[in-house]
Amino acid sequence: MGWKLWSLKKSIWVFHVNTGACNNCDIEIVDLLTPKFDVERFGIKLVGSPRHADALLVTGVGTRQAAKRLQEVYRQTSKPCVVFCMGACACGTGIFEGAYHVAGPVDKIIKEVDPNAIIAYVPGCPPKPEAMISGVVKALSVL
Amino acid sequence: MGAFLEGKGKSKEMNTPWQNLFWILIFPGFLFTLVLGLLASWLVRKVSALVQWRVGPPFYQPLADVMKLLGKEILIPQDACRVVFIAAPLVGLSGVLLLAVVLWQTAITQTAFVGDIIVAIYLMVLPSLALILGSSASASPHAAIGTSREMKLVLSYELPMALAFVVVIIKTAAAVGIGRQLDMAAISQCAPVLSVSGLLAFLTALLCIQAKLGFVPFDIAESETEVAGGVIIEYSGALLAVWKIMQAMMLVVLPLFLVMVFLGGFGTTGWPLAWGVGKYVLVLVLIILIKNTNPRVRIDQAMRFFWFYCGTAMVAAVILATLGSCYGIDWL
Repeated sequence: MGWKLWSLKKSIWVFHVNTGACNNCDIEIVDLLTPKFDVERFGIKLVGSPRHADALLVTGVGTRQAAKRLQEVYRQTSKPCVVFCMGACACGTGIFEGAYHVAGPVDKIIKEVDPNAIIAYVPGCPPKPEAMISGVVKALSVL
Repeated sequence: MGAFLEGKGKSKEMNTPWQNLFWILIFPGFLFTLVLGLLASWLVRKVSALVQWRVGPPFYQPLADVMKLLGKEILIPQDACRVVFIAAPLVGLSGVLLLAVVLWQTAITQTAFVGDIIVAIYLMVLPSLALILGSSASASPHAAIGTSREMKLVLSYELPMALAFVVVIIKTAAAVGIGRQLDMAAISQCAPVLSVSGLLAFLTALLCIQAKLGFVPFDIAESETEVAGGVIIEYSGALLAVWKIMQAMMLVVLPLFLVMVFLGGFGTTGWPLAWGVGKYVLVLVLIILIKNTNPRVRIDQAMRFFWFYCGTAMVAAVILATLGSCYGIDWL
């Protein structure tokens, strides 16, 4: 394993993008920072700007309004980066499938910008914090 | 830098350019300060985590962060002024490096040039100036807000900080002898904190250092939750790594400066060395605890705090110190 890959795995900085989520997944994501789960143990921390991020944590269906912004945020993120689809909506639009305001699941929106994007899925409504940690670990172990 | 090393070096071997380069780049300059700084920034995160009842990151975390950033893509905004955007982090880093070499030189060999305390005070402004330059070159509205806040912050803390060092110079003037009042090696033999005015000056300087490091409650320029990183919002990859390295080195250099000026400096062997390290850790932990027990203030609150409260306290301290030295009362 090269030093680039080792350090990337040990220090994932996360930017949180809400593309029309009901706030349930967002609350569970913030849970990850609390003393019970404390993802800073693994070097994961939330950052304020996509330029600093290594992972985009996307929640929500990807509404027509949010789709363009999500693509812009993805372009602004410095590569290499991983996209995590958090929750049923982000993974496959969930109960909003076929609704008038939906621009497609998140992976479709991202692949319009970059067909080779690395995308990981954590289903659940909302996914438990344990499931999110497990998803991140699995995604990092296949890198 | 080389010139004064040549003039004041202890032995002939010190004078060769290679030795100077070693002194600046490896020990105790860049590499040594960087390693210490990364450990110190780990300490900041670990102690913060413990205060918040968390486990916190492993000790190699800051190193992994910097290595990762060095391996990532550098994005430069379309409208940015490229030269300034790229040069600013390097300017800031070289300012901190220069300050580190001056301080270690004084601490280790006890040799210096006249007025090095003034040089150190000026060099301490360079990182903030570089931040202002870099963020205003990055053509982002968030960075513009960060720039204006950083500028106001510099304007507000420089006055009480300069006055705090004036207090030190007045307090130690009698002890260090004529002609050496501005000499850091001589000043670091005294401990002006053991007097009323010295203690006031130390506390004020500690808060100014807090603002200089960009720590809560004075992380107004960088505030991640409202201006998303503020001054460094547009930086990515290796350039962001340079900022992180600069901040890590400042975490060594600024408390070290306080230790040397207020707390009686470092020894180089045995117990004096351990005592010096203890004083450094004490200052660092004080900074971390202030960071963890305060909310972020607004910029106008910070300016009012530094100008009216710290400024007034420092004027009082200067008067006390002058009275003390006129009438020979040591504890004033």
